[in-house]
Amino acid sequence: MEYQTAFYQELAEVKDLILKMGVLVQELINKSVDSLKNRDRDLAKQVIKKDLAVDRLELEIDEKCINLIALRQPKAFDLRFITTGMRLVTDLERIGDLAEDIAERAIEVSDQPLLKPLIDIPKMAKLAEEAVKLGLDAFINSDAEKTKEIWAIEKQVNKLRDLVHDELIEIMGKDSSTVAKGIPLLLVSRHLERISDHATNIAEDVVYMVEAKVVKHPATQEK
Amino acid sequence: MDRVIEKVKKEEKMVIERSKMSVENLSAWFGDKQALFNINIELFENKVTAIIGPSGCGKSTFIRNLNRLHETISGAKVSGKVYLDGRDIFDHNCCDVVTLRRRVGMVFQKPTPFPTMTIYENVAAGIKLYGKKPKGKLDQIVEQILKQAALWDEVKDVLYKPGPSLSGGQQQRLCIARALAIEPEVILLDEPCSALDPISTAKIEELIHKLKQNYTIIIVTHNMQQAARVADYTAFFLLGEMIEFEVTSKIFTAPQDKRTEDYVTGRFG
Repeated sequence: MEYQTAFYQELAEVKDLILKMGVLVQELINKSVDSLKNRDRDLAKQVIKKDLAVDRLELEIDEKCINLIALRQPKAFDLRFITTGMRLVTDLERIGDLAEDIAERAIEVSDQPLLKPLIDIPKMAKLAEEAVKLGLDAFINSDAEKTKEIWAIEKQVNKLRDLVHDELIEIMGKDSSTVAKGIPLLLVSRHLERISDHATNIAEDVVYMVEAKVVKHPATQEK
Repeated sequence: MDRVIEKVKKEEKMVIERSKMSVENLSAWFGDKQALFNINIELFENKVTAIIGPSGCGKSTFIRNLNRLHETISGAKVSGKVYLDGRDIFDHNCCDVVTLRRRVGMVFQKPTPFPTMTIYENVAAGIKLYGKKPKGKLDQIVEQILKQAALWDEVKDVLYKPGPSLSGGQQQRLCIARALAIEPEVILLDEPCSALDPISTAKIEELIHKLKQNYTIIIVTHNMQQAARVADYTAFFLLGEMIEFEVTSKIFTAPQDKRTEDYVTGRFG
């Protein structure tokens, strides 16, 4: 194989691995909330176990990226692609951890009926998963346009988090015996909101990769 | 004595490397001055090994021992063993120096095409010098070798022009072609790109990458980035000693010796 072709082949491998990791964390978000909704301990345990695969992928991708930087001295887009890839896997790994946290909450509440039927939490999960998917698509296709929707989704998730928050505080305020069941749900809404935050990190990084423009921390850009 | 060393690299999958040349306790002197101290290294078949280190560290002296060029210098001395496919190259009973230099070819820092010969003759000279009767027609062999050296497309219409009329990078590839013409097994490259511009350098690096499928390559370079790009293994030399020898990615991401770390990060000096 041609030397330069071999380099692009290695970049493509990194891309494939990131895609694989992204698909896996989307699955974990989905399953963790399903396990909560259906009080399915086995499914929750599966999520916890699968997070290990996410961790392994993070290490593998990191190592490949470090070697590419050390051995190939990438420049311009290639360099931005690799550094963005490294940031992306950190976010994806954190998202995997948050899905694991949700699964742990699901196990905590699995032996008794839920405090209330879950309506907004599954909505939040769907939106957070969608935001991660958009971020990944934008990265894979080097398409900064695709990231725009992510910020709108994050706002929706924040709103839902506030709704869940207010509702649970009200229930727990009225009856303190519900606190043990309410806190895990409160935490889950917080975890889902964090997941959508990580999706916005991905969006910022993809914009940097594609347009070489820094859009994070806008306050630092003001003159 | 046949002596073949295999190194097993334990990573995700097991990779077995076959040693093409094996160096044991090699020391070399220029008169009273010792230039190399007890070098031990395995040079693996179909791999590129880079020798890096600051000026005067003995890297050129080292590779000039691999085809016994060092001893042609007056007052030069050498001790230790160098095995090629398990046979000691210093043992006159099993290896004569002409055969050795055919099997272990060399390309130097400055392109050295034969000045009075045409491009065609430069390659043909290699074939004729070797003395083996060409299997096919000479024209075909010259074409095939120039293609192997990634030079054919650029010179096919000017084959009968003098070798030195080519650009520096083309001349260097012509020298590689001439080295390939004698059907070597090992190719020693002593700073082959130091006189070349970045585009020519990239072409030579591409060529090295291609050639390793059929040859064992040892390249001396003071350009660390070049070693990182082309080599599978890298050895770091300092003051005539080999400080570290490892898989290239390890040398450039996690060197074991502080001196290697200082050199590859540019803190050395």
